[in-house]
Amino acid sequence: MFAYYLQLGLRSLRKNPLLTLLMVLAIGCGVAASMTTYSVFRATSNNPIPQKSSQLYVPQIDNWGPDSSKDNKGEPPNAMTYTDAINLMRDKRAKRQTALYPTAVSIVPADANMLPFRETSYGWYADAFGMFDIPFQYGHGWTAGEDESHASVAVIGKALNEKLFNGANSVGKNINLNGRDYRIVGVAEKWNPEPVFYDVTNTNGFDDPIQVFIPFTRAVELKTPTSGNNNCNHDPGKGWDEWIRSECVWLGFWAELPTKAEADAYRQYLNGYSAEQQRAGRFRWAPNTRLRNVVEWLDYQKVVPQEAKVSLMVSLGFLLICLVNTVGLLLAKFMRRSSEIGVRRALGATRREIYIQFLIEAAAIGLAGGVVGLLLTGLGVMGVSLVFEPDIAKLATLDVSLVLLTMLVAILATVLAAFYPTWRAAQVQPAWQLKSN
Amino acid sequence: MLKMTHLSKVYRTEVVETYALRDFNINVNEGEFVAVTGPSGSGKTTFLTIAGLLETFTGGQYHLDGVEVSNLNDNERSKIRNEKIGFIFQAFNLIPDLNVYDNVEVPLRYRGMKSPERKDRIMNALERVGLASRAKHYPAELSGGQQQRVAIARALAGSPRLLLADEPTGNLDTQMARGVMELLEEIHREGATIVMVTHDPELAARAQRNVHIIDGQVVDLAEDPRFHHAVHSARANSPA
Repeated sequence: MFAYYLQLGLRSLRKNPLLTLLMVLAIGCGVAASMTTYSVFRATSNNPIPQKSSQLYVPQIDNWGPDSSKDNKGEPPNAMTYTDAINLMRDKRAKRQTALYPTAVSIVPADANMLPFRETSYGWYADAFGMFDIPFQYGHGWTAGEDESHASVAVIGKALNEKLFNGANSVGKNINLNGRDYRIVGVAEKWNPEPVFYDVTNTNGFDDPIQVFIPFTRAVELKTPTSGNNNCNHDPGKGWDEWIRSECVWLGFWAELPTKAEADAYRQYLNGYSAEQQRAGRFRWAPNTRLRNVVEWLDYQKVVPQEAKVSLMVSLGFLLICLVNTVGLLLAKFMRRSSEIGVRRALGATRREIYIQFLIEAAAIGLAGGVVGLLLTGLGVMGVSLVFEPDIAKLATLDVSLVLLTMLVAILATVLAAFYPTWRAAQVQPAWQLKSN
Repeated sequence: MLKMTHLSKVYRTEVVETYALRDFNINVNEGEFVAVTGPSGSGKTTFLTIAGLLETFTGGQYHLDGVEVSNLNDNERSKIRNEKIGFIFQAFNLIPDLNVYDNVEVPLRYRGMKSPERKDRIMNALERVGLASRAKHYPAELSGGQQQRVAIARALAGSPRLLLADEPTGNLDTQMARGVMELLEEIHREGATIVMVTHDPELAARAQRNVHIIDGQVVDLAEDPRFHHAVHSARANSPA
């Protein structure tokens, strides 16, 4: 019967092309607006590391005190001092942990025909590769021993490996960073979590894939400055050594805590550490620490742009208005066929069969609306850059899942909109309808 | 075949109750051709819609083919309508978007019949009413008489035990009406039970038995001079 009902539905749609066009456009526009804004929202609200997001934590320690944190609603600074980061690394209370910071490096290619170029690199600890599940094309990350020895080793990204070594296995070869050679120990597969959860404060959540990673200890030893934010509440003094001993916050820190018990213990540890700093006279306030996992951290950092949330809500409202219009149009369309419904009921159609017939007709409208919606969504996604920052706009793509979702939403929304008109159609009393003829 | 006992149908509003049928009793045997007559508003069509399970009744009993129908649900009533009853309406009630073939096919679709059997039945029914060659035509392309023949073919295609006709010639001219009536008589001779509501005393006179309804009740025709007068007038005006 499905084919029969579909055939009837398509015939009915062809009979009133203008009405059909109105409904298809209403659904298409509503769905396209929703899907376009959803494509942005989806990209920005994505869980970048779902398999571990509940195990990776950002610790925060209030080293500035209540006067400074007052402006931040009592929250500790978003980044960490060198002192705290090194102390936390030394204590090793997490399964794995890393301090990290971005630096700008000049790469001098071995190929004399290539000009030097700049890349953002990250200095972090060996644990980071395992913590962040970074996949490798060749080799692997460096070792904890190489962290301790401040080794001149590096992991490069696949794109950089393509550029410098034509994609060949470059493990064991050297790469010149800022005029110094680093031995390549691994080539990472393309790794570009969106949002860039591991360094939200310096990227606003969105950036190109990082192509160079070097040991944190080596970067500090070479007094490589951060290319990210550096916030101070007092004058840090002069020179590198004074700066890293200052209360300026400029480092990210991640701890891997696989269980809730471990996370609770780490919270206690952070408070204990802060209390210790208070006793030592560094902090003149009670411990004020936080420990947030990936999802909580991204939420706290408001990685999803406010305009993405607002535009999604507005477009969903627009879809609702389109659906209400569709309800009216479907109602008019279906009730004009009361006489047909009466005849069908008289000839043996149950109410259920009338329901199914008209819902299938509505689904056909939804399908057509979905196709129109898909075309408009394609245009909308191309035009996202008019509203959002380029870094965010480029994340909005019309991929297979969005195509399927667009069609699904169009069909489901139309079928939902058809429930009331269909219910009314199924309530047609055949006796009255036939008598009135 | 059809037996109504003390049946009543009341339409209620907030202020008034209107009896469409009151203490209504009728018994139609299998194979009978019964004409139901009566003035406008007497309850003829209400009787027919209740007989055809298109409407529920307020009180009394109704047995159709031995089954008490008052407690049946929508699915069961629909199934009986589909399998046991054929309808012929004054306004033909063909679906304008469907061609003749597809119109006749409608009740067979709801019966879940396979395509080859549907085709056999449809073509047989259309041949029987002389419209096999018009299978691909749409109702708007047919005359009133032809449309009514299609409606009869639709009713016959499902081989119903009971044929209910509501003023089947009401919208037709005399010649077309005669053709339709002859078709109904032929169908009856082949064994179908027919209940026909009509205003037309001439048509009523061609049925095996007449039932007269006044004010929602069956009355004895012998006691109603209005009926005899109407029949007399009809015959006097008939072209013989």
